Amino acid sequence: MAEAAPLWAAVVLPFALAAAACCAASVDALLAASARCGPARGARDAVSRAATPLRATVRLFARRPRRTTAADTALTRLGAAVVPVAAVLACAVLPWGFTSVTDPTVGVVWFNAMEALAWAGVWLVGWGPNSTLSMIGGYRFLAQGLAYELPHMFALTTAALGAESLRVGDVVAAQSGLWFVVWMPVAFVVYLLSALGMSFWGPFGHPLGRDIASGVAVELGGVDRLLLLGGRWMLLVTTAGFSVPLFLGGGHGPLLPAWAWTLLKTGAVLALLVTARRVLPTARMDRYLEPAWMVLIPLTLAQALFVAVAVLDR
Amino acid sequence: MVFRFDSMARATYALLLALLCVGVDVLLLGLDYLGVVVVLMMTIEMALMAAFMVMFMMNPAGLAPMSMTHNRRGAALLSAVVFVALAAGALLTPWPSRRGDVPPDPTRQLGRSLMGGQMLTMMVLGLALFATIVASVVLATRRGRYDRFGDDLRGRPAEPAARGGLPR
Repeated sequence: MAEAAPLWAAVVLPFALAAAACCAASVDALLAASARCGPARGARDAVSRAATPLRATVRLFARRPRRTTAADTALTRLGAAVVPVAAVLACAVLPWGFTSVTDPTVGVVWFNAMEALAWAGVWLVGWGPNSTLSMIGGYRFLAQGLAYELPHMFALTTAALGAESLRVGDVVAAQSGLWFVVWMPVAFVVYLLSALGMSFWGPFGHPLGRDIASGVAVELGGVDRLLLLGGRWMLLVTTAGFSVPLFLGGGHGPLLPAWAWTLLKTGAVLALLVTARRVLPTARMDRYLEPAWMVLIPLTLAQALFVAVAVLDR
Repeated sequence: MVFRFDSMARATYALLLALLCVGVDVLLLGLDYLGVVVVLMMTIEMALMAAFMVMFMMNPAGLAPMSMTHNRRGAALLSAVVFVALAAGALLTPWPSRRGDVPPDPTRQLGRSLMGGQMLTMMVLGLALFATIVASVVLATRRGRYDRFGDDLRGRPAEPAARGGLPR
């Protein structure tokens, strides 16, 4: 069971998550700039490149939101706002070392429920502006959710099964000897895939595809756009961070203190995800749905069965 | 809600809000697992429901304006009366005070008192229902083998009618 963090941690959490999301976005911007116009010329150039997301944030604050004809503005705004809020709420059960803001008995289910909220939010953003392209994006995200949500749930279930508890603190405690990634590799890989799916970018960026002029986000401007795109980074950081207590042993590790291990592991997973997004092509959902249901679900079920037998045998 | 909103999406998400409140109610009763599962399942269900409702109700956010509001005054009156009656009931009922202690796992207790000796029956029934769902989807799908290969299952057309992501 994780220790409860002091009350101020709940206030700091959204800002910390936003800062982490900003760091991840900076690294991604650096990689993008290096890929586009070669390595940085000196430190100043590198800093300027890394500050691209910050500049974009300031610009979005100054920009007016867009209006479309017969738009459902309330739903659009609600959808855009739900994405970062869901990320922060999901992050509340994330242990930092062995301390988390809250550690409910059903932390794993809570995390999944918050992800589902973000899922609904993105559809609303696609629906609200009364624009064909954004609506196509919204429906793509719904289809994408159908493809990754079930394997993702089985991956979460497998980790909870290994710890015989839905409490995130217990899942971390169960990995003091052996990390779950060692004997649940399939669940870990599926979890990473769905982490990309949840933050809808890279191979799962079809809802914001170039072919539909960035789909869900096409009609968003100003703060609405910032909420959706920034919320996406926050979701990515949260899902990457959650793989650490689920599969990578949380704060367990030799020599370094627990918080440093959490930071290191989260950074490593985040780097992997950011790289994956730069390397892998976009997966079309009509092509991905079938492998997801016919390959990933049986694989994750077999993994869960293996873990269940191992746990019963213990 | 249907009397208030003329948009399927709004009605569906208002319903989701109501169901999330139910989830919070269940959480307040101390049934943590059930409460969070209600939030999880209802969110997913309502997101899908919105898609289906829009498909069938043909009201794509103003692209085809259509009013579903009717009998506004009667509906408002009725809902106000129902709300007042329920609130008065909640406030005026002499609620009993708690007898005994809170069990360590209320969710398990609830499951036991609901199911009792019928747990095995319900599990078998659940399997049967699930098998029925899978079977009916398999029978109803347009991606069945007859659709992909035509009437002659031994012949394999070069270009199947419906393409998936897996090589066949």
